[in-house]
Amino acid sequence: MRGALLSLAAVLGPAAAFLVLAVVAPLRRSGRLAGYFSILAAAGSLAAAVGAWRSQEGATRMVWDWLPSQGRALATLGVLADESSTIMLVLVALVALLVQIYSLSYLDHEPPRSLGRYYTYQSLFAFSMMGLVIAPNLVQLFICWELVGLCSYLLIGFWYQKPEAARAAVKAFWTTKAGDVGLLIGIVLLWQQSGTFDLGEMRVMAGGSELPLAGLSLITFCIYLGAMGKSAQFPLHVWLPDAMEGPTPVSALIHAATMVTAGVYLLHRLDWLFALTPDVLLIVAWIGAITALIAAVLACVQDDIKRVLAYSTVSQLGYMMAAIGAGFSAAGFFHLLTHGLFKALLFLGAGAVIHAVGSNDLSRMGGLLRRMPQTATVFIIGTLSLAGIPLFAGFLSKEEILGAVWAGGLAGPFAVLMLVAFLTAFYMFRVVFLAFFGVPAPRPAVAVSGFSPMGGGIHHPEHASHEHDPPAPMLLPLWMLALLSMAVGIYFTFEHGEPEFTSPAWLTPAAVAAAAAGIVLAWLTYQRRAIDAATLASFFGPIRRAALAKFWIDDVFEGIVAAGALALSRLVGWVDRYLVDGVLNVVSAWTVSTGDEMRSIQTGRAQDYVYGLAVGLLLLLVWVRWSLP
Amino acid sequence: MGLQAYLTLAAVVFGIGLFGVVTRRNTIGILLGIELMLNAVNINLVAFARFGGNEVGMIFTVFAICITVAEAAMGLAIVILLFRIRRTVMADHLDLLKG
Repeated sequence: MRGALLSLAAVLGPAAAFLVLAVVAPLRRSGRLAGYFSILAAAGSLAAAVGAWRSQEGATRMVWDWLPSQGRALATLGVLADESSTIMLVLVALVALLVQIYSLSYLDHEPPRSLGRYYTYQSLFAFSMMGLVIAPNLVQLFICWELVGLCSYLLIGFWYQKPEAARAAVKAFWTTKAGDVGLLIGIVLLWQQSGTFDLGEMRVMAGGSELPLAGLSLITFCIYLGAMGKSAQFPLHVWLPDAMEGPTPVSALIHAATMVTAGVYLLHRLDWLFALTPDVLLIVAWIGAITALIAAVLACVQDDIKRVLAYSTVSQLGYMMAAIGAGFSAAGFFHLLTHGLFKALLFLGAGAVIHAVGSNDLSRMGGLLRRMPQTATVFIIGTLSLAGIPLFAGFLSKEEILGAVWAGGLAGPFAVLMLVAFLTAFYMFRVVFLAFFGVPAPRPAVAVSGFSPMGGGIHHPEHASHEHDPPAPMLLPLWMLALLSMAVGIYFTFEHGEPEFTSPAWLTPAAVAAAAAGIVLAWLTYQRRAIDAATLASFFGPIRRAALAKFWIDDVFEGIVAAGALALSRLVGWVDRYLVDGVLNVVSAWTVSTGDEMRSIQTGRAQDYVYGLAVGLLLLLVWVRWSLP
Repeated sequence: MGLQAYLTLAAVVFGIGLFGVVTRRNTIGILLGIELMLNAVNINLVAFARFGGNEVGMIFTVFAICITVAEAAMGLAIVILLFRIRRTVMADHLDLLKG
């Protein structure tokens, strides 16, 4: 019970902060004060979440009836605190708190009103995400699922005067919504089959094989569609790189650590359901592997540091999905947690770099190690973790995923994921060598003139000439995340739990070798310059060109949408021109012609009317004679 | 002679009047037809009064004849006015209300 209560407290903290900030306008408009308030709530929330996690013994739940129907509740609201939900709760609360602290400094040049708006959204997001994590039933989960989507939309479009940001927000909203329709259909179909929304009851039914297996594949596939949109799986991954138009801390929180992993979390929550439909799991695994590969290739050709990280997030989400598809969702979930730590770290580190350089462009960075030693250190820690180097958090979870996919008997995805491991190390160290080593790029005058590629307010001319480590509110979260991802790595290296599967002995060396090869290639190309980057690029000519065009996926979508819209408008135009107008024209023409016919009766001669009267009278008489008894 | 004969006579007169009204081109001829029809009605009234034993019918007929006179005077006056304005009294030329 204590776990559930503390989880509830963790959720209600940000909810209260959001309500207060939304209602009390002066507090919201004060900017920094709103920030402190929101951070306070987030800190309380983190404390409660940690408490819930530590006091966890088995699953505890608290539910309240909601939507009463025919004597019983159609749906409930409440808390389901178990092992995975509380640890996820801790991750969300932790990253949310650190990001909010970081934002105080990152967004300090925003006008107070915008800052207040930012923290209001942040609190709403923290509440909705935690509500999703602890949801004991699919209705609450879906509501929170949509709420986090809304927050994502609002925060991507935080600089809404910027057309790209507004467009990216709409794109993210629509793309995820396309998947959410599937999720909603899946939930309703599942409810039809089982008669309940409750995860616990459903699990009992699934365990007792009371769920009819017929049509279950369709249900799980529909649910997977929702996860596909949210967790940016191919081909619905197109929104995530564009979502980088939002502020960098938002990217770290929503588009790296928490919201985008909601799809993975959902599948992990429902793994007992998906286990009943191995065909859908196979799709999940293959699409995960394909997503990982495509995104990794795309990440190699990006020049925008945030876009590299965005594609890397897509790629890692593919990893998690592949593990779930292999049937070992715990491995995917473990990677979700470690990835949440080091990817938030990488994004926040990138934010510090962008803050200092005033640009996202990798070619404008270089030699930052000497000027920003602390930022460089934490960024390299995050990179090593993502690349999967032993003793770092990412190594363990990535190896576990590879082992899971191998143990699941999926040789194809396994091979793809090994290649992706190599690519991951390559593109991440490309970023490291380009940004932190080498010669400093000449600072073009445009950076000083106040132009900011990041949109409103975060560019500071003085930083362009004085690149240095960021102030404490930004450094503290960076170090926290760096130390945590190392601590997790070291802890789990020595404290190995009971594995669900046995990985072959050659797996660890192979994975490390793939990562090391990627690092060496990046070092040779971008540090030693032993391999000319242009030669390397021309070696992969067609692939590179395709990757620069984002594999035409966006174009295909645009084509489909444009062609669809055109076809629809043609159809509507035809209906309007020939059906709607046609009916009107026929009616009016008929009226005119009938009137034309009828008017000849009106001769204007009194005698004709008298004649008519006489005939009518006669007919009336006949009628009266024959009809009356 | 019974009521039947009078009613038959009235019907015949009415029919002749109606025929005149419908077929005559001259407006004055139409007025004459109308007079015939009215008188057919008068015959009916008188016949019913005679055979029904109710004298009110007779009195009503006297009134009807008076009204008919007034109506004929009005009708002739309209015809004269019409002739002054349109220079014709032929009914089939008077079709200003043609649709």
